[in-house]
Amino acid sequence: MRRLTWFNTTALTFGFAFLYLPMVLLIAYSFNSSKLVTVWAGFSTKWYGELLHNVAFLDAAWVTLRVAVVSSTIATILGTMAALVLVRAGRFIGRTVFSGMIYAPLVMPEVITGLSLLLLFIGIGLDRGIFTVVLAHATFSMCYVSVVVSSRLATFDRSLEEAALDLGCSQISAFRLVTLPIIAPAVISGWLLAFTLSLDDLVIASFTTGPGATTLPIKIWSAVRLGVSPEINALSTLMISIVAIGVITASLVTKRNSLRRQAEERAAIQT
Amino acid sequence: MRRASLILIPYLWLLALFLVPFLIVFKISLSDTALSIPPYRPQLDFATGWQEIRDFFGHLDFENFTFLTTDDLYWKAYISSLQIAFFSTIFTLLVGYPIAYGMANAPDHWRPTLMMLVILPFWTSFLIRVYSWIGILSNEGYLNQLLLSIGLISEPLHILNTNTAVYIGIVYTYLPFMILPIYSALERLDTSLLEAAEDLGCSRLTAFWLVTVPLSKNGIIAGCFLVFIPALGEFVIPSLLGGSKTLMIGKVLWEEFFNNRDWPVASAVAVILLLILIVPIILFQRNEQKQREADG
Repeated sequence: MRRLTWFNTTALTFGFAFLYLPMVLLIAYSFNSSKLVTVWAGFSTKWYGELLHNVAFLDAAWVTLRVAVVSSTIATILGTMAALVLVRAGRFIGRTVFSGMIYAPLVMPEVITGLSLLLLFIGIGLDRGIFTVVLAHATFSMCYVSVVVSSRLATFDRSLEEAALDLGCSQISAFRLVTLPIIAPAVISGWLLAFTLSLDDLVIASFTTGPGATTLPIKIWSAVRLGVSPEINALSTLMISIVAIGVITASLVTKRNSLRRQAEERAAIQT
Repeated sequence: MRRASLILIPYLWLLALFLVPFLIVFKISLSDTALSIPPYRPQLDFATGWQEIRDFFGHLDFENFTFLTTDDLYWKAYISSLQIAFFSTIFTLLVGYPIAYGMANAPDHWRPTLMMLVILPFWTSFLIRVYSWIGILSNEGYLNQLLLSIGLISEPLHILNTNTAVYIGIVYTYLPFMILPIYSALERLDTSLLEAAEDLGCSRLTAFWLVTVPLSKNGIIAGCFLVFIPALGEFVIPSLLGGSKTLMIGKVLWEEFFNNRDWPVASAVAVILLLILIVPIILFQRNEQKQREADG
């Protein structure tokens, strides 16, 4: 008895309008030729041109990209290990502390995480810069990765791995040839999550960064504190489009793969 | 051996970069402010051994915490953070529930698309989503332009830099966190129960109250915590959309640290924020646990 009443339709229409209208306005006004952002003065792409010549933004984008790639890769490796520990390792001393340390960063206010890491880096005399931001990002995003991967591992059929071991695989090659391909989608989406978290992060990066390592969100932040600017609108549009294309492509690929798998299974049953 | 290293690597990483930093915050919250770099006088030096540690516990100094209770700025900031987080959670629930309900009632082939439309904003930059509201809410922004042009108001509404803007910002950015758990609860709901309720003489509205709402309770609770917990320590939204009168503890901590450079007080603020957050976090964990067992 699922039916779409007028109430449902109205809720969906207004709900999605609320979610998307601000971004649509932002994108539309990035093509505004006027410097006054709220007054429409005709179509223009000049702000995109200016953006390409803004060295400070380009530098910050490059820093952000490097931090995101390195930190999300570290986070994926550590997070997958942590997920294996959570799901498979059984009992060991300090297990409660371990799972607490995995889940706590997910709900920790960023200001506290940032502050505590900064105090650590100062305490041990580490110079702040790209390296410290990478450490900070890898730490909080490994927790997200381990949550994503451990939920996949929990439903994983261990008999497949046992079969590989029976057939003479070593533990490492059983993991590489059987387990890893099966949990790969979760590991990849964990990496993507860690990557976007790192791209996005303002607060933790502000605390842990040093001179010469300004990330894009920090740059955007100092620009938008002065109000709306057409250049930031253009930059935001670029970022929104990249994410939208990425997410939509990823979901289409997963859908195609699952359709193909279904078709293969059906074919296997028929033969 | 292999198992040990599998456990040890992530364990040590988290100990070094998550737990130890907290102990440092706790330690610095107990030390004196000093005009130096770093701007505090260390209270506890682990290197000097037991004598030092005994001395430390002998002269524990809660000065920064006493300071927090004497200056009512901090009290007000904690109370107003709780208030803003609480009411924005309720508003998010009121906005999110109908959307989740609509999604659950939508035809099957729409659902993956609707689902993706809810998740997509989660992947886009938080900062940009908050920023997009500045252009809408400002005095010469799109909302005021619209209302003025249709003659609903005669002078611009002052919304940006008020608490109203902060509420709008929180509801907007955390809406997906509310929709998703409620939707997943509603989607699993056995609709024959609703038919049974209606057969037994319930009106659709009563059936909704007596069947749908109780059965989506876990989703509602999860959604509320997922909004309330991060909203409480929120920094970006109050500083971009709020005004000088908007007091939220995340903002106070930031200003104490970056503007006043008072690290011990900033650390004390962090410790108390953490203590306040522990209750909702434990309640949330319990709710999740219960749900896992129910699904079990």
